[in-house]
Amino acid sequence: MSPEPGSSSRTDRTRAALDPMVPRIYSVERIRRNNHDTFTLKLNPADGGKPDPFSAGQFNMLYIFGVGEIPVSISGDPAGDGALMHTIREVGTVTRAMARLKPGNSIGVRGPFGSHWPLETAVGSDVVIVAGGIGLAPLRPVIYQVTANRSRYGRMILLYGARAPKEILYRRQLKAWGGAFDMDVHVTVDRGERDWNGEIGVVTGLIRRAPLDRRGAIALICGPEIMMRFSAQELLRRGMDKDRIYVSMERNMKCGVGLCGHCQYGTRIICRDGPVYRYDDIEPLLGRREV
Amino acid sequence: MYLLEPDGLETLLAILREKGYRITGPKLRDGSVVLGTIDSTASMPRGIRDHQGPGRYRLEETGDDSWFSYTLGSDSWKKLFFHPNKPLFNARRDGGLLQIEPEPVRESLQALIGVRPCELQALAVQDRVLAKGEFVDRHYAASRKGTFIVAVNCTVPGGTCFCASMGTGPKASGGYDIALTELAADGGGRFVARAGTGLGERLLAATACGKADKGEIELERKLLEAAAGKMGRTIVADGLAAALAGSHDHPRWEELEDRCLACANCTMVCPTCYCYTVEDSTDLSGATAARTRVWDSCFTADHSYLHGGSVRETRGARYRQWLTHKLSTWHEQFGSSGCTGCGRCITWCPVGIDITEEAQAVCGTAGGS
Amino acid sequence: MADTLENLKSDLLQAPFCEGLSKEHLEILLGCAHEERILKGRFLFHEGATADEFYIIVSGRVGLELDCPNRGGLGIQTCGAGDVVGTSWVIAPFLWRFDAKVLEDSRLLSMDAAILRERCRVDPVFGYAMLERIAQVKAERLDAARLQLLDLYGNPEEGKHVARTRIK
Repeated sequence: MSPEPGSSSRTDRTRAALDPMVPRIYSVERIRRNNHDTFTLKLNPADGGKPDPFSAGQFNMLYIFGVGEIPVSISGDPAGDGALMHTIREVGTVTRAMARLKPGNSIGVRGPFGSHWPLETAVGSDVVIVAGGIGLAPLRPVIYQVTANRSRYGRMILLYGARAPKEILYRRQLKAWGGAFDMDVHVTVDRGERDWNGEIGVVTGLIRRAPLDRRGAIALICGPEIMMRFSAQELLRRGMDKDRIYVSMERNMKCGVGLCGHCQYGTRIICRDGPVYRYDDIEPLLGRREV
Repeated sequence: MYLLEPDGLETLLAILREKGYRITGPKLRDGSVVLGTIDSTASMPRGIRDHQGPGRYRLEETGDDSWFSYTLGSDSWKKLFFHPNKPLFNARRDGGLLQIEPEPVRESLQALIGVRPCELQALAVQDRVLAKGEFVDRHYAASRKGTFIVAVNCTVPGGTCFCASMGTGPKASGGYDIALTELAADGGGRFVARAGTGLGERLLAATACGKADKGEIELERKLLEAAAGKMGRTIVADGLAAALAGSHDHPRWEELEDRCLACANCTMVCPTCYCYTVEDSTDLSGATAARTRVWDSCFTADHSYLHGGSVRETRGARYRQWLTHKLSTWHEQFGSSGCTGCGRCITWCPVGIDITEEAQAVCGTAGGS
Repeated sequence: MADTLENLKSDLLQAPFCEGLSKEHLEILLGCAHEERILKGRFLFHEGATADEFYIIVSGRVGLELDCPNRGGLGIQTCGAGDVVGTSWVIAPFLWRFDAKVLEDSRLLSMDAAILRERCRVDPVFGYAMLERIAQVKAERLDAARLQLLDLYGNPEEGKHVARTRIK
């Protein structure tokens, strides 16, 4: 499918034979608001076929007619043969245009591209998911996959930091995961509200108190870069090993296939050998200014 | 090894044209040497040399009939294969449904006349990036197919050249069909010619006036050896990639903030720079849209734009990204240096920033002039 | 009674705050500790009162708040099992800066800070050990506050978006 981060093996791609710069057309089945600036698109191929299979952590390039194209992580269930799901935040011209899509409208999709979360490596281990803000979206496929194969994994911990209670993503699912799937779900917010009885504080505080008492746990982090840095450092302080921590990086991308030069990150090309990296693989670059 | 007369070169062009090649070579335009379509050797400039330095390019007459006493203009061959503007697809809205019509991939048989050794290396570098990775730029790959290359070894290096340091010149080591060395600038106009491919061999056999003798081969050797010693610039390439990898916090980058204009000239003239962006446009009625791939530069603010702002906000950081990519990180990404030592970025920088000088300052290595 | 003391000791030993403390220093702390069970909704202390105790949470949750007349108690941070609640007891003028509200029924180790403060004064080695730990707590909270201040999850385009919408 795609390279597992930290490994050099790269499997064949049948899609490479096609032009990776030409999108496949999908149509919008449903668009749903997650919070004031975030929405989720449910897409199906307009040709009636199945969506391209993907691995948790990969992304697509989404094209909207005449406006532009952006990379967005896939946030649906990799095992389901259902629709393609993308949770998108309105942060620019393209995403604002996408927020105005209606069921039946079409959208161009190139992908899936990039590396994925190391779910094979994680089999038999405790899985700690640390998400911040919209960073929960690229990790949702992991949660689908682990909960569907619950017995193959050890303890499952989800630590999620959001800006404010009303901005928490996938609220109903968070409750369900915590209830039904033997998963420790802890949510914290930067700013409380009057009726908020949950945690207030940063996600590193959740890491400090998380039950990371067993060896060999694997941690998957996604969120703003500063949050990922601080989270990784807190996990290291808690005794986790560098080679068991994974992060998902973000940079400007125009092609998604390692050709356009925009996602240069030191020696790395994020769309090609990322976005998911093992922490020790990019540690020297993290926190460096303007890389 | 053959000996080729100017008439033979003319015959060679005629044969290539007959075989359906579109021939591109050096021409004079607006006081500089540019690359354009040529019909015959008569279109090629003769008896000129260039004076190049940081932020400086001038042509002057040599007073002889020499063919290749000049070096490189601002143009590189990449424009023929990695087009500055390449349509990718047209999109149409058909009753709400989006239809995509991909731009057809066109193969074109191209012959390049007068490709310098550093430029051969540049083509090889771009091939690795655009056509030999996991994903391929199909337009590039198609246009590169079957390119016929007549290389010219450099006997008169320019003021900003440092190919000898980068190990890419002044003598071509491969990647050509035919390689020429002009024997002297005294109007003799003869070339030592060697074939790099079977087709090159066949064409040379048909156009050369004979085999080069020992004396001519020895003269060629001397000319090229002398050229290697006359480079306008040097750089210590050994250990450079590693030294630059640890240079992130060097104050020199901050000083560059005060000199670099972020004009992007260096990236436009660089024969290996391959960054592109895509542009989307619609017609006035909004019924059709087009997507075009256009050259981009890591010196623009948009290049590293992430929602909210640019990752590389300062010009110092952009210059650092560009230089360290060329000379350091390129190795790990694509298995070679991204710099060929052509010196264009020095010549065409309006404020004369010199990559060899900057690399040396950052690494504390000797070199430069 | 012995049983309770043993429980107290084991709770204290498990608290990250006590990690690395010498046996003697632990004994001093133990001498100042007693267990409290406090129900949800009650306050451990209020802003402005004298800070003569501090708490280590064994189980439950406590929120640090500042009261705002028209907005109620504004939550700043929540503390959970293992966390220290209250650091003003070592910092002059030894008055609470925040309200501490119990968010879930909690079991706490309540430490007599007035005595500890005196012990710190007469025994600088013990005093240093205490300050080292409080400094750690303070540093973590300062880091957290700074990250919260950065509004990392905020939408970087939000301001611009609002401006654009208004122009329409």
